[in-house]
Amino acid sequence: MSIIEIKNLTKKFGDKLAVDDISFEVKEGEIFGFLGPNGAGKTTTISILCTLLQPTNGIAKIAGYDVTKERDDVRNSIGIVFQDPSLDGDLTGEENLRFHGMAYKIPKQIREDRIKYLLDMVDLFDKKDERTKNYSGGMKRRLEIARGLLHHPKVLFLDEPTIGLDPQTRNRIWEHIIELQEKNGITIFLTTHYMEEAENCNRIAIIDHGKIIALDTPENLKKNLKGDLITLKTSDNQKANELIKTCFSINPYIKDDSIFIYAENGENFIPKLFRALRTFEITSVSVRKPTLNDVFIKLTGRAIREETMDGVGRMRERTRGR
Amino acid sequence: MLNAIYIIWLRELKKFIRDRSRLISSIAQPLIWLLLIGTGFGATFGKVGDLQYIQFMFPGILVMTLLFSSMFSAISIIWDREFGFLKEMLVAPIRRTSIAIGKAIGGASRSTIQGIIILVFSPLIGINITIQKFFLIVPLMFFIAFTISGIGIIIAARMESFEGFNLIVNFVIMPMFLLSGAIFPISNLPQWLSMIVSINPLSYGVDIMRWVMTGISERNPALDLMVLSLVCVLTTTISVYLFSKGK
Repeated sequence: MSIIEIKNLTKKFGDKLAVDDISFEVKEGEIFGFLGPNGAGKTTTISILCTLLQPTNGIAKIAGYDVTKERDDVRNSIGIVFQDPSLDGDLTGEENLRFHGMAYKIPKQIREDRIKYLLDMVDLFDKKDERTKNYSGGMKRRLEIARGLLHHPKVLFLDEPTIGLDPQTRNRIWEHIIELQEKNGITIFLTTHYMEEAENCNRIAIIDHGKIIALDTPENLKKNLKGDLITLKTSDNQKANELIKTCFSINPYIKDDSIFIYAENGENFIPKLFRALRTFEITSVSVRKPTLNDVFIKLTGRAIREETMDGVGRMRERTRGR
Repeated sequence: MLNAIYIIWLRELKKFIRDRSRLISSIAQPLIWLLLIGTGFGATFGKVGDLQYIQFMFPGILVMTLLFSSMFSAISIIWDREFGFLKEMLVAPIRRTSIAIGKAIGGASRSTIQGIIILVFSPLIGINITIQKFFLIVPLMFFIAFTISGIGIIIAARMESFEGFNLIVNFVIMPMFLLSGAIFPISNLPQWLSMIVSINPLSYGVDIMRWVMTGISERNPALDLMVLSLVCVLTTTISVYLFSKGK
């Protein structure tokens, strides 16, 4: 069963197409990864699904409710952890949760029980009476996850849930995410910049220039790259690249100072490759299984990690997402 | 709707009680005005009509307290936006109308509490506040503060960051205060200044407050009340509309 249904969704800002006629479905209970370079339309799509933005065209439904026509039903069905913190720093952790519980009209006794349970789950019970402005980045994020779960949503949206956090905290947050899916069957829709994290998803959609360019399980996406990834450095990459193309009728690509070649049975392919390239000086070679990052580069022409360095791009997407 | 207004209001009050430094400065500021300007101008002006200068000024300073407190409280929407909490409110299953009204009632409540604290000093100034008067002044304070909050929300609804904040203080709040009749009488002003004063909604608030506290006013108190009511309906409607349509 599909918990999120998106059909021909389009969003224009002036003349600019931020989301270009996308359609896909998210199944109930899965962890769904939504990846893409900055400005690809991730935050815009999430904002539409969360009822913060009106689509220009198309339909989006969550748990059967239309995001433009049945907003309150949608809002009651979803929990959201935004990319930027959205806690009230002057209120304590417990008060932030209580505000949320009251806004979602959870009966008092149930609300207080759940607050206790969730604070305990994210290991913040001891800190519940401290104002959240004194919390660390990881504590804030954990509290926001607890808050997003308080009204028992069917879908939890996580926009870059681990960005800017240290590896230990990231692991802990992922433990929570996986536990939520396994124990409560909650559907998780997340965006991330970390490819290792994307591997944890059941399915992944890659969006670029407002269009979905791939949607499958991480395994299948990697299988589509056929075999192994050989990375080669030579004295003249351009000429070597041309030669490989004609000799093996395959399509390698150059990125930075290396040639990337996908081939089945890479170990057996390398000797053939060396024979063909005997007039070139080969300075380095490696062979490995492709990662999701390779999938991403192949499809978008960019490495996803480069984006994290690009603060300006991030700012731009944030502004657009508003 | 009521539930949503209530929680927004509750949050405002919680933050108000918690923010000691702002509470203290918001009470110290009018007292400093009273003590320094009141004494200084008083020495030159002597009396304004039948009132000692400081008695003339006191209702004006009370309204000034409401002005600053309500404006800052409404403009805190910009802070909420900057620190992300506004998003949490916007994705909750509550109407934006409730958020705007909750903010205005919250701001008006904080201002009224501050006003009551200032009111405690009235005997020192020689203004006698009877119980009847007190129960007239408190709702009046709330009413004026609510109206000002509406103006503040109208300003904040379209502001993306607090860079424009100083602009608001210098070009909205200070002129509103100085040209309200709070610190000098408005009866004998040159025509051009008198015009500006008459379009300043705060001048009607100061006038009616002075009438309630001292029995002396420069305009007809019925006119004051009518203008204030009109402004209140207008600012509330516009602020709710802008906030609902805003991003």
